Amino acid sequence: MNETIRDILTKVGGLPVPVTDLADDSDLYTSGLSSFASVQVMLAIEEKFDVEFPDNLLNRKSFASIAAIEGTIRQILKAQEAA
Amino acid sequence: MSVVAFAPQAESLCDRAQRVAGIAARHADDVDHAGRFPREAVEAMKAERLLGIQVPAAHGGEGATLTEIAEICVILGQACAASAMVFAMHQIKASSLVEHGEESTWHTGFMRDLAKHQYLLASATTEGGIGGNLRNSICAIAIDGETCRLTKDATVISYALEADAILITSRAHDGAAPSDQAMTVFLKDQYTLDKTNDWDTLGMRGTCSEGFVFKGEAPACQVFPKPFAEIAAQSMLATSHLLWSGVWYGIAADAVARSQSFVRAAARKAQGQVPPGAAHLAEAVNLLQLVKSNLLTGLKTYQDARANPDKLSSMSFAIAMNNVKIASSETILDIIHKALLICGIMGYKNGTPFSLGRHLRDAHSARLMISNDRILGNTATMLLVQKPDVSLLG
Repeated sequence: MNETIRDILTKVGGLPVPVTDLADDSDLYTSGLSSFASVQVMLAIEEKFDVEFPDNLLNRKSFASIAAIEGTIRQILKAQEAA
Repeated sequence: MSVVAFAPQAESLCDRAQRVAGIAARHADDVDHAGRFPREAVEAMKAERLLGIQVPAAHGGEGATLTEIAEICVILGQACAASAMVFAMHQIKASSLVEHGEESTWHTGFMRDLAKHQYLLASATTEGGIGGNLRNSICAIAIDGETCRLTKDATVISYALEADAILITSRAHDGAAPSDQAMTVFLKDQYTLDKTNDWDTLGMRGTCSEGFVFKGEAPACQVFPKPFAEIAAQSMLATSHLLWSGVWYGIAADAVARSQSFVRAAARKAQGQVPPGAAHLAEAVNLLQLVKSNLLTGLKTYQDARANPDKLSSMSFAIAMNNVKIASSETILDIIHKALLICGIMGYKNGTPFSLGRHLRDAHSARLMISNDRILGNTATMLLVQKPDVSLLG
């Protein structure tokens, strides 16, 4: 999952630094992730993992780092399994 | 009688704001005509101690809520839009300080100074070369040991020459991405300003939003400890849209009041027969109520979200605040146009009790600063993933 997220960030994140230089807990916003690009990342993740972000997870914190994105996706997948 | 009874704080914020509005109204036409700073009104704000009301009581202020501050914007907006906008812009900066400064000793001390000395705060977020997107900076603050230095080609700093301090954005350091920003407080004696742009505009002429090259040097502790991205999302977005909307609602409310006086005067002369424009008055009051409901809902949404940083940073909240701005900035123009139809040539002429030229010109700034097209574009992007909140109870 981590690699897939990194692929998506590389393709649509529009970051001024290579994604390989980022640690899992690096702050994506200070690394240059714009709010427009963060929506593109969300859309790509929804498509790739066949999930839909619930409104309560559409905030800066859910997308603040690669680890945070991973946690957010796992949370959604778990909720979907339980449903 | 105790001394406290004489202090302005013993009276309601609205009473104090009404006194300022009286002074602002007397000078409004001259401020507009000359394109000069509304000095008398801002001095009155200081005398009534309105500039520090947002500071918590523990730090010498009055802990005024955003709704109370918006009400003052409405009161001042009915008198002089430029004075009201200066007040609103100051309070937007004060909210950054109050909401995000408490974890730093220097900023807490500055909050106390603001309340004590009634400092007027200005903002420098726009910059040559970034096209009005305040979430990007080109300039970077240089921190050298205990000192920070910044040079910024600031295309707009409203009332810069009159301010006691400027809160200015930049990249957080030399190697930072354009969106990795910091905000720093510079006090009046810590910067120089070289004017680059005049402010000779259609309306809002008294805000004196001229351009300057800013050069500042200050102790490094004056940089806000929080990234500007969080300050922008958690306090500036909401306070800007809500307080501006308060000012605009005030402009429209005064236009409606003038047109109602016109209808009433005409009806009295014609023994109760309503003049032909009276139906427009009913429509204008209807629209005014829409703007009021929109603003009140926005203020409640902010108040409910205020304690929750995740909620404040959420897309649904940003969309709600964007919508307040779009709706109020568009609707006030419709309202003032209707008022003008009612007052006719007496509204079109300057210098009558029903003149609406200044209202109309001031109101036209609302859609442009910040451009509604930019805001709609941001909202449209968020709507790619966010569903609109349609419930009544939230």
